[in-house]
Amino acid sequence: MTDLSAHSDLEHGGHEIHYDPEGCKIGFWLFLFTEVFLFGMLFIAFGVYLTGYKADFQASSAMLDVKMGGINTLVLLTSSLTMALAIRAVQVDKKGQSLFLMLVTIGFAVVFCVIKYFEWTHKFHTGIHLGSAETFGVPSVLTDMPRGQQLYFGLYYVMTGFHAFHVLVGSILIMVAMYYVANGKVNKDRITLIENAGLFWHLVDLVWIYLFPLFYLIK
Amino acid sequence: MASDAAVAHKQDYVNFFNTKKGIMSWVWTIDHKRIGIMYMCAITFFFLLAVCLGLLIRGELMVPNAMTDGKPFLDVFSPLFGGVTGGDLYNRVLTLHGIIMIFLFIIPSIPAIFGNFFLPIMIGADDVAFPKLNLLSWYCYVLGAIVAIISVAVGGIDTGWTFYAPYSANTSANLYLPLTAAFILGWSSILTGINFVVTIHRLRVKEMGWFEMPLFCWALYATSWIQVVATPVVGITLILLMMERFMGIGIFDPAKGGDPVLFQHMFWIYSHPAVYIMILPAMGVVSEIIPVFSRKTIFGYKFIAFSSIAIALIGSLVWAHHMFTAGMAYEARVLFSLLTFFVAVPSAIKVFNWIFTMFRGSIKMDPPMVFAVIFIILFSIGGFSGLVNGALATDVHIHDTSFVVGHFHYVMFGGTGVIFFGAMLYWFPKMFGRMYNKTIINISAIMFFVGFNTLYGGMKLMGLNGMPRRYADYVVEYAQIQKISTHGSWLMVAGIFLMFGTLFYSVFKGKKAPDNPWGGATLEWTVQTPPPLLNFDEQPENIRGAYDYPEVVAEGEPKETVGV
Repeated sequence: MTDLSAHSDLEHGGHEIHYDPEGCKIGFWLFLFTEVFLFGMLFIAFGVYLTGYKADFQASSAMLDVKMGGINTLVLLTSSLTMALAIRAVQVDKKGQSLFLMLVTIGFAVVFCVIKYFEWTHKFHTGIHLGSAETFGVPSVLTDMPRGQQLYFGLYYVMTGFHAFHVLVGSILIMVAMYYVANGKVNKDRITLIENAGLFWHLVDLVWIYLFPLFYLIK
Repeated sequence: MASDAAVAHKQDYVNFFNTKKGIMSWVWTIDHKRIGIMYMCAITFFFLLAVCLGLLIRGELMVPNAMTDGKPFLDVFSPLFGGVTGGDLYNRVLTLHGIIMIFLFIIPSIPAIFGNFFLPIMIGADDVAFPKLNLLSWYCYVLGAIVAIISVAVGGIDTGWTFYAPYSANTSANLYLPLTAAFILGWSSILTGINFVVTIHRLRVKEMGWFEMPLFCWALYATSWIQVVATPVVGITLILLMMERFMGIGIFDPAKGGDPVLFQHMFWIYSHPAVYIMILPAMGVVSEIIPVFSRKTIFGYKFIAFSSIAIALIGSLVWAHHMFTAGMAYEARVLFSLLTFFVAVPSAIKVFNWIFTMFRGSIKMDPPMVFAVIFIILFSIGGFSGLVNGALATDVHIHDTSFVVGHFHYVMFGGTGVIFFGAMLYWFPKMFGRMYNKTIINISAIMFFVGFNTLYGGMKLMGLNGMPRRYADYVVEYAQIQKISTHGSWLMVAGIFLMFGTLFYSVFKGKKAPDNPWGGATLEWTVQTPPPLLNFDEQPENIRGAYDYPEVVAEGEPKETVGV
């Protein structure tokens, strides 16, 4: 729309110059919708089988460690807080504080993954896994369990695994945000990128808030 | 830039083909027009490839009992498919035809080519909202296509394009590659959808309100929402299927308490709305073509606009009509049958509006209009047979027969496919600055129309008489009609190749086309042909209504080629 000759070296004059934070936010919210539908289908599948195999699901749920799950919930909730504070810090132009808070957020993400790792490996050692004896060292006891419990643990590994993958992606996004905050490209006037990273992190948190009671607390 | 549009244009400008040269200027381009052209090349290639596969299927069905007699026609091509023969080969060819046509052709066709190229111009923007995301979306398409082709090279798959469990969870064919391909292509679709929604919200020129947008933009808006909302569902379904195959999580496996019907639900929750991803943009194009060639304002603008949204909404609630015989509860089947009838209403609203637009117009049967009319006829036939499928009682009779295949091809090929041709013919002069030979195209349109009805009409008749779908072999009773059907396919494909040959020739050798060869009122006809890099020399002002035909007609007859 602007003078063509001024941009002849740029492929695209318009948008390199034109910055539309509103548009970026709408775009990212749409992306979050896709995530919600992605996890939504998993929750629907979970709901279907929960109704079908209620007793089996309750029995399996009792086999999970509520303490570990509970700590992980606290960890993620706190990390959401630190992330929100990091955004606030950028808004009031405190670069160092923001970088520190994002580092803390990533630290929490690491703690979450470590706890998850211990939970999973513990389950593997007791024979609750979907693989062969060669891979895991112990033969699977899962195949001898009632059908509902097999389904439960199948869903457990898929859903928490998928969530853990999102924790990983979220951490990478936060690192990208750190990079841009550090070099000043994200600042109090251009804040969309860190805000979007924050939104994604809150989604990861939100999904866990549903996963935790569904898997750990069915009584 | 209303009436002085034609005068105002400098002739000495650089069009988007010439701003930069060399292969790298295409590889890293973020120009929506170049990305549109790249999609056009790839999608046309895959379309013609899948047409050839369709011909092979028809060839196999030419004579009855070919399999039982041990003389299957397809065996000639078995070296191309890693030495697979007989019925296995037939299943692989059929699956490949379906996967290419659905995932690589129909879903991206109109939005990715013409949406990319024309949406920004139609709303007065100089590009889409996220040009780099747009390029990423193109590379997702390319990557998905490559993975799909590799999957054929390593032996192909035999599940059909629907990947139904439990067969897909157990078949020996390598399913990871095609599932990954579909997953990546889903990303391409989502990214394009996000891009278009934001573009329409944020980049319309100030004076263009929602109800001043061309209807093609409305159709793309509805489509993009379906892409954003429905595609992740199939994404997770395909991931679950891969997990099921990889480590046996049991979710679709009855032996472990899972339910294969759940797969069908999850698959169709996406894939039924996906048929509206396919058809809505085509309907949008029809709403553009018909007023231009009737020289008349569109009839019922708001109804057409809202019916797109209504189709998107209701279309999301009808998925289980694909599963009437899969063992669902009676109440659920009745409900889904009812909802299916509701979705016919907005489609019918559109058809009536188009017909009333033509009514008392001064109709010009130029090639785009010919295809728009063919669309209305074929889509209506397909739509009415859709009611036969949607009604519970009749569906039980025709389920899994070639009647369903005929229906699907009438609405998808006779709908979206035909308008893929129509859109290409309509916007061809604008994209390439050349005009094609209209007589040859009209002849190819007639060949296509006659061949099409012979081919798929035959399928419908066979289906009513019990010919099952996806069978490689059949009894001698169907021989006559199968033969006629196959002959129809030859005529149809000859028409298609004649058309694409003419267009290909015209890209290089066609006569020069002016800015507005058809006398259209939408913004893309006010820019130079082919458009300059940033579409508009200056911000478009005083734009006229997208369907303001009294004013356009007053300007006199449009010239179709420069210097005529």
